[in-house]
Amino acid sequence: MASLDIEGVTKSFGATKVLHGIDLAIRDGEMVVIVGASGCGKSTLLRIVAGLESPTGGAVLIDGVNVTPLEPADRDIAMVFQTYALYPHMSVFDNMAYGLKIRGLPKDEIRRRVQEAADLLSIGQLLDRKPRQLSGGQRQRVAMGRAIVRHPKLFLFDEPLSNLDAKLRVQMRAEIRRLQKRLSVTSLFVTHDQVEAMTLGDRLVVMHEGRAAQIGTPMEVWSKPADTYVASFIGSPAMNFLAATLVEGGAAARLANGTVWPLTDGARAGGEGRPVTIGIRPEHLMPDPAAGLLIAVELAEPLGSETVLHGRLADGTTLTARIAGVATAEAIRVSPEPGTLHVFDAETGKRVVP
Amino acid sequence: MRKKVIFRGVALPYLLLLPQLLITAVFFFWPAGMAVWQSTQREDAFGLSSEFVALENFTDLFRDPIYLNAAWNTAVFSTAVAALALGAALFLAVQADKQIRAAGLYKTLLIWPYAVAPALAAVLWLFIFHPSIGLVGRGFAAIGINWDYRVNGGQAMTMVIIAAAWKQVSYNFIFFLAGLQSIPTSVLEAAAIDGARPMRRFWTVIFPLLSPTAFFLLVVNLVYAFFDTFGVIHALTRGGPGNATETLIYKVYVDGVQNLNFGSSAAQSVILMVIVIGLTAIQFRFIERRVHY
Amino acid sequence: MSGTAIDVERLAAAARRRKARDRFFTYLALTLGVIVFALPIWITLVGSTHDTDTIGRGDVPLLPGTEALNNYAHAWAQGGGGRNTFAVPASTMLWNSLIMALVIAVGKIAISLLSAFAVVFFSFPLRMFFFWMIFITLMLPVEVRIIPTFQVMTDLSLIDTMTGLTLPLIASATATLLFRQFFLTIPDEYVEAAKVDGAGPMRFFKDVVLPLSVTSMAALFVIQFIYGWNQYLWPLLMVSDRDLETVIVGLTKMIGIGDTQNEWNLIMTTAVFALLPPVAVVVLMQRWFIKGLTETEK
Repeated sequence: MASLDIEGVTKSFGATKVLHGIDLAIRDGEMVVIVGASGCGKSTLLRIVAGLESPTGGAVLIDGVNVTPLEPADRDIAMVFQTYALYPHMSVFDNMAYGLKIRGLPKDEIRRRVQEAADLLSIGQLLDRKPRQLSGGQRQRVAMGRAIVRHPKLFLFDEPLSNLDAKLRVQMRAEIRRLQKRLSVTSLFVTHDQVEAMTLGDRLVVMHEGRAAQIGTPMEVWSKPADTYVASFIGSPAMNFLAATLVEGGAAARLANGTVWPLTDGARAGGEGRPVTIGIRPEHLMPDPAAGLLIAVELAEPLGSETVLHGRLADGTTLTARIAGVATAEAIRVSPEPGTLHVFDAETGKRVVP
Repeated sequence: MRKKVIFRGVALPYLLLLPQLLITAVFFFWPAGMAVWQSTQREDAFGLSSEFVALENFTDLFRDPIYLNAAWNTAVFSTAVAALALGAALFLAVQADKQIRAAGLYKTLLIWPYAVAPALAAVLWLFIFHPSIGLVGRGFAAIGINWDYRVNGGQAMTMVIIAAAWKQVSYNFIFFLAGLQSIPTSVLEAAAIDGARPMRRFWTVIFPLLSPTAFFLLVVNLVYAFFDTFGVIHALTRGGPGNATETLIYKVYVDGVQNLNFGSSAAQSVILMVIVIGLTAIQFRFIERRVHY
Repeated sequence: MSGTAIDVERLAAAARRRKARDRFFTYLALTLGVIVFALPIWITLVGSTHDTDTIGRGDVPLLPGTEALNNYAHAWAQGGGGRNTFAVPASTMLWNSLIMALVIAVGKIAISLLSAFAVVFFSFPLRMFFFWMIFITLMLPVEVRIIPTFQVMTDLSLIDTMTGLTLPLIASATATLLFRQFFLTIPDEYVEAAKVDGAGPMRFFKDVVLPLSVTSMAALFVIQFIYGWNQYLWPLLMVSDRDLETVIVGLTKMIGIGDTQNEWNLIMTTAVFALLPPVAVVVLMQRWFIKGLTETEK
């Protein structure tokens, strides 16, 4: 059990800077998910925490101790790899026991710990098999088991679910969360899948081009995205963005076609005429035949209880709406639910708070 | 494995196979059969007549101290060549596998001796170890070592081993490097995180994963040391001094070409054939096993 | 594990030591590699630029001399004597080696392509028998059947001919196996398509199989060219006519047993000649070469 502090970590490969100074404090027992598109630096950050790469600048602290100069072996961490990285020539038992043998634990203690982990993951009957005789899901469990038996201070997960099929992924996701809660081991989990991130993390770090765009609980990130990148990355279907200017002293926004939407959660600074980007999630658009924004529907995706409509405004801006029930109309007028509009600075993309 | 769709016709495929089969029959099976036949014959002193002596040529060989000496030399030579060539290649491949600067140059530097004929490798090392013109040969003399592989049997054996092993390092290096590069980085990283230091990582993870390659190379190296090193010995020592570097293959040549003792030479050929067949069989057993990893 | 600051310092120091040791080994390997793998060629190259006396005196030169042009011109046109009664010009020996290597490489590729094509794409009586017959030649290297093969060659009057030098080495189980392996990966649909288009087997061979096999052929060419160039025992047995001498055999014949007669500068020059073509092929075609090597052994 331990805390993890990442302080101003930067990383450059030659002239390319992949991490621009990451700060992150993880409490004991917390599960933090780093999410971002490929190439955003999330895996590099995880590998720096593991000690597989050394940072160009900054420090990694485990339990307040600076471990930056230490090798992975001395950090007392465990890692689950995307490819599972099981030792192909060892049985499942030996795969799980390897780290314990190196640490010189007595034989019966090793046996006890492996058995315990195997029971926890229900792979007790597989202990004599070789990795190549296992299915993807079973390998995933063995990789988890190898991490668990060590009772490490820190669990690191590097996209461990991305090689599984969709159904198994959902199942393993729940299992990882259940195990992590039960063992309450501090964990850092890297994924590119925003659903995985939302469901697994106590907190999320949304990374974008080597920076932490936002750090917060899943609900914070979803309901108060720090910028347009986070807003578009988290949530499905993705948030709609409309160009607008502030009117009524910042208490409302006027869209390009003249429609005025009040900002019910409070007036924004900058006043009259400030150019902004309005964000509205598809599920926050409701049919409003009287005063709504007119969308020409190009595609309707019925999901049963609701319908996702993809369409365009008169000026060509695309807009997606998620409407309850079945919608078949070729055109529909929609308005936002009160208090659901997000306001971002038109230039920087940063969130503008009331 | 079989194709589902096949062309018809009988004459055409035979025609296509004909060149290969003709050469195989005339130059492989015919002489091999003759070797077996001759190994049971003994010619008189003038080569005018021969009589059937069953396995006498073989039993004679196993009683002949010179032949047993050649067998012992072969064992020492092959073991040393294989051990040296495999060990050096593994060490160099492990170093080359690390991300070192100029890795490409390093690889090219190590690969070129593959193209060198064994006999030519011997000549190159002769330039270095020759007692009167060689850099190292004269160096030995300067520090008081009485170095002359032309009169000292042990030194001669050392020379042929070095020249033969040197040439084979390239081949082993290529395969070890390919083997190392096929080990996923993440497996090694997992071992590092599990607490294994580099040496331990090498012996508990890398080496077991390389062992199929190593075993395959062991067989190849033995075959090489048995048969392909004729040129090294012929160019450097001619089996001498005395019989110090005479190996089985060299003795077949000496008895057949110089001593014109066809019966014995044929019997020796048959013994070598049995050895090749044994080694090839082991190799194929192994290929089936290799599928495991 | 990483409990106290003292611990961390100790562990960090150990990590630094390991890293330093690791770097030491890497550079040790590099240095050793350079010495062991570049020194022989360097000594030979340098030797080929000095005169006989300099080398014969035993002042091992480490830097190039001024005699390069003389040595190479002399070796090329006249050759060195050594213990033989007369010298063979390097140009003759290189020509013989080149022809031998090319005929063997091209011949092996050609007849192996044809036989693999027959074995894979046709069904005929005794197909597997013939396949195994070719396969089994793997176990009969020339070295183990020297004398009887020599007798067969005598009976066929092939001694001292280029045909005798090359033809018996053209059969190739390895190449046949490689092509067979490769042909088995050609999708059945290609054959079906060819049949639908009305193409006969030879048409299919020419239009589909050959173009697809180009890389395999290139890879095999490198391996077999070197195999042919480096032959030693076979030319030693087959050729007594010195006009047919190959360069590897000719080179070793230049080295006498005693110390006196050796024209070391010409020997080293000839060694450079003998090295250049196969080394150039390997270095320039490195990628194909490695592919060919690792695939023929599968």
